[in-house]
Amino acid sequence: MNTEELVRLLAQNAEPVPARDAVARVGVATLAGMAVAAALMVYVLGLNPRLGTEVALPTFWVKVLFAAGVGLVGLLAVGRLARPGGSLGALRAALVLPLLAVWLLAAIALFAAAPADRPALVLGETWKVCAFNIAWLSVPVFVAIATAIKAFAPTRLRLAGAAAGFAAGGVGALVYSLHCPELGAPFIGVWYVLGVLVPTAIGALVGPRLLAW
Amino acid sequence: MAPPANEERLRKLLLRGLAGEALAYNAFLGETAAFLRGFLRRRLPRLPDEVEDLVQETLLAVHNQRHTYDAAQPLTAWLHAIAKYKLVDLLRRRSRSDALNDPLEDELEIFAVADREANDAKRDLDKLLATLPDKQRLPIVHVKIEGLSVAETAKLTGLSESAVKVGVHRGLKALAALIRRTS
Repeated sequence: MNTEELVRLLAQNAEPVPARDAVARVGVATLAGMAVAAALMVYVLGLNPRLGTEVALPTFWVKVLFAAGVGLVGLLAVGRLARPGGSLGALRAALVLPLLAVWLLAAIALFAAAPADRPALVLGETWKVCAFNIAWLSVPVFVAIATAIKAFAPTRLRLAGAAAGFAAGGVGALVYSLHCPELGAPFIGVWYVLGVLVPTAIGALVGPRLLAW
Repeated sequence: MAPPANEERLRKLLLRGLAGEALAYNAFLGETAAFLRGFLRRRLPRLPDEVEDLVQETLLAVHNQRHTYDAAQPLTAWLHAIAKYKLVDLLRRRSRSDALNDPLEDELEIFAVADREANDAKRDLDKLLATLPDKQRLPIVHVKIEGLSVAETAKLTGLSESAVKVGVHRGLKALAALIRRTS
């Protein structure tokens, strides 16, 4: 078959193709992955028993907003990188905003605390498991996002994989925050950030293989 | 530098093609093939025999991924990304890492040279097509090669109309996957 014949074949009876919104498609996939992660969190880890009283505290919302912020800018980045030729543009700066915000709050909290109390603020009671739990809770979200963007033919696979990992890490952190008993910005700024960076790095690592089309 | 006239003209053809105008889509693919040939021939000076195969593989990718074109995005960037992706994919498969020295970053070059002198493709798409299962092969043969309607093809093959449409769609995807595996 020569190229002219191939062109004729491809154009013959070509059906109309509706425009599809990558961000919407990725959003739906994320919600599905998040539901699985939430079920796993409740089943394996359990909800934080003090959740009912903690929702009244501003520090609880720092944790939730950090995780949701990472998930949201991550999803926007994924939506951009999902298509051929997609690039981050101004979003590049937005990606670090949640991190900078939580580090600023952490610095303020550490500065205000007595020097002897500072290690306890950073380590909390659960520093050993926090990043690990966020990372594994992000797995179903990552799988859902990766499956969704593969259908949009990303061309920068390492970057798209990293963005998918970053977004999944944010959603995983959001789910984990409903189990996690910690409340201080210094803790979030270290262990939640690490929990997001682990899936980001894994996403960059597996992206070229996983997303190839 | 890309003549913006090409960007605008081809973009309009593609958008009309996406709306279901087969003639506009045919014109879009035909012109895109010429630009791809010019682009890839300059990129593969040491692999001249690979050019036409890669033109065909990239055209199939453009077709299979046409739903990913965002009308707000320049066509040049979209097309260049697909062509570059397929080129790098080929070079990686051939592990001719020396040919990768060229950084391939000149984004606007895709419309620089149109080359209408096609060499013969080495790979025979007809042969690959023949290896597809009937539920994909028959819809492609009747609808895309013989030009029968979906309804006529459904009657002829005993498949439902939606199965015919799905067969065409999946068959062309399977063809692209076969090309990747066999080259």
